[in-house]
Amino acid sequence: MENILTMSPSPHLSSGATTRRIMLDVIISLVPASVAAVVFFGWKSLMLIGVCILSCVVLEYICRKVMKRKNTTGDLSAVVTGLLLALNLPPGLNPLMAVFGCIVAIVVVKQMFGGIGNNFVNPAITARIVLLVSFPVPMTTWEKPFEWLNTADSVTGATPLALVAQGESTSYLDLFLGNRGGCIGETCVLALLLGGIYLVARRVISPIIPLSFIGTVFVLSFLLGGDPVFHIMSGGVMLGAIFMATDYTTSPMNPLGKLIFGIGCGVITVLIRLYANLPEGVSYSIILMNILTPHIENLTRPRPFGKERKHEKA
Amino acid sequence: MGDKLKLALKPFRIRGTVKAPHRKHTAGCESVIMPPPDEVLICMSQHIGAPCKPTVKVGQQVFVGQIVGDSEAFVSAPVHSSVSGKVKKIETITMPNGSRVEAVRIESDGLMTPDESVRPPEINGREDFLRAVRSSGLVGLGGAGFPVHVKLSADKDKVDTLIINAAECEPYITADNREALENSWGVISGIKSVMELLDIDRVIIGVEDNKPEAIRALDEVCQAANRDMKGNVSVLPLKARYPYGAEKVIVKACTNRVILEGKLPADVGCIVMNIASVAFISSYLKTGMPLVSKRITVDGAAVANPQNVIVPIGTKIRDIIEFCGGYKEQPEKLLFGGPMMGLALPDDEMPLLKQNNAILALSKKEAKRLEPSDCIRCGRCASVCPMGLTPPTLAGYVKLKDTHGLLKNGIMVCMECGCCAFACPANRPIVQSMRLGKELVKNAGKKEGK
Ligand code: SF4
Ligand code: SF4
Repeated sequence: MENILTMSPSPHLSSGATTRRIMLDVIISLVPASVAAVVFFGWKSLMLIGVCILSCVVLEYICRKVMKRKNTTGDLSAVVTGLLLALNLPPGLNPLMAVFGCIVAIVVVKQMFGGIGNNFVNPAITARIVLLVSFPVPMTTWEKPFEWLNTADSVTGATPLALVAQGESTSYLDLFLGNRGGCIGETCVLALLLGGIYLVARRVISPIIPLSFIGTVFVLSFLLGGDPVFHIMSGGVMLGAIFMATDYTTSPMNPLGKLIFGIGCGVITVLIRLYANLPEGVSYSIILMNILTPHIENLTRPRPFGKERKHEKA
Repeated sequence: MGDKLKLALKPFRIRGTVKAPHRKHTAGCESVIMPPPDEVLICMSQHIGAPCKPTVKVGQQVFVGQIVGDSEAFVSAPVHSSVSGKVKKIETITMPNGSRVEAVRIESDGLMTPDESVRPPEINGREDFLRAVRSSGLVGLGGAGFPVHVKLSADKDKVDTLIINAAECEPYITADNREALENSWGVISGIKSVMELLDIDRVIIGVEDNKPEAIRALDEVCQAANRDMKGNVSVLPLKARYPYGAEKVIVKACTNRVILEGKLPADVGCIVMNIASVAFISSYLKTGMPLVSKRITVDGAAVANPQNVIVPIGTKIRDIIEFCGGYKEQPEKLLFGGPMMGLALPDDEMPLLKQNNAILALSKKEAKRLEPSDCIRCGRCASVCPMGLTPPTLAGYVKLKDTHGLLKNGIMVCMECGCCAFACPANRPIVQSMRLGKELVKNAGKKEGK
């Protein structure tokens, strides 16, 4: 026998899970929502999705090159960021603005902090907030669904949350199916739930954050006199709770931490919606909880097996 | 009592664990006895504790079961010749972990003549028994190699439960399964001796439920044993997940007792013995033949005929593999033990040690591991860790060389089971970083001590 044996530390087996496979699962889970986006808001949304994904991947590639680090576009995380950002944009947004969002997400938030796993806030959400602050009007110009079939020029509509402020309501069925104004990927509750179920079934995410987030919005909006069913199905609650708040890097790892994180997101969302001068608070709530994540994590880290409490202070 | 109660026994809850592939290809292979090889290499350190000093000289005639190395230390166990023949050389060899130890090379005459000192020990009570166990050279056969007499010497008043570890949670390995099937009466008679001599009245045999035949065989002998003595021996089917066979885990699963950091099973009233160890005690009490051979699993896609073999201790791996038909293809990795905790070997010149329970020659495909990438903080490692650790946090402290942070977050509790690295999608070398962390803590402790 020739002496070319591999010497490596144990374990010598692996479960076969890879970052790429996880990201692929997230992409698959977002397919229904992306299809719904195209159905309701037309080819413009398909273009937005394409532009965002492409620019995120290209930007990541360039960043890694410039920083002289290993190319990581193969792990598909840039695709996920691009897709999520696109789904968080209004249908009529100028694609150049979307590219600006991608720069914020990939270059500033992700790569400048060291790449995947090192950013302290969610790239897509941060990009959305930066866009919202930089371009307040285009970022809040909504379209009615199916308008793209009727006219060449888009007719502006309003989101259900804005309509409520004007005293109009949207039916639960329309909310559930996504037949309402809003960001291209956030409207179809049905599609988002399908994606969420897929992610939980594939064990990519734990259901704790989505359930506690949505549950908190439901209970708190009810207690404060709102319509709980309406609140959980409108705005970005579903998209945020299932896909954005569950981002590994910026949410706590252990179950108790996840619960606190989810409840925190829910509380802040409802408070912003009902009391602040903003119609929607999902993005802000998630980014705030992102920032608190390291602290939640420190406070909720499980006690190691057989470690005595008094020892902890030693 | 009887049937119903036993079936109602359920293991207690364990956090974490992983679903490692079983790959118990050799579960149905009846053990084959390997004829003595041309030469054996008896290593002076086949246990945890003080290494032995050779007690024989070059050129001396030795017989099977004759002591060839011993030590004065309490935490140690003598080593015996596993063949009859002539001492050829006393040399220093390098162990897979890098340490260097003495070893006695014995050329076999092929006769396997037993030594005249080999006769059943006379046992009158606990002290005699412990002495006999020591001179039998028995060490924990499950892998750790802790001298068994030390374990059994635990304070008599504290210990109330004997746990027989037949979980065999490592993939591939089926030697304990064969022990249970081929030697169930030996197992129970060994258990009885330990119960009587150490005055223990509860015994739990933990077996993973992927071995229904072993469970049935053991259950049968347990019932027979319970009929003719007052004791309470039972089989507890454990979940077939890795690492149910780890000491702290099996104690928790069987008794719900938690061994505190830095403590031993005896501190919670338990003695844990491997099933092969307890079966060996029964045969030693009958024949007086010390530990000179053992049953191991030889498997892996690079081996021609995977099987269970009873091999003289000190046989070189090359000879064992040859006995199993040689290599089918160039092995990529050669392991002592299972794929989760086993040690990779540099070549096949190493002799078999007492505590080894498997030799795996993995093919390129089996041994494949991907390049590590950046941690994505997915938390899988933390959620599968049976010890409740959070590896990314600890890895951070390792980087900072912060021993205080490491200790606070339980680095010393890590048993290097490898669940974390198994589950990690980024293929982080987590276990390696844990080992590094433990080293840091130990070194810092030494400095402070001075
Ligand atoms: S499993 Fe790997 S990638 Fe996931 S948190 Fe642990 S070390 Fe990081
Ligand atoms: S090797 Fe250590 S950290 Fe990893 S799972 Fe096992 S006990 Fe936990």
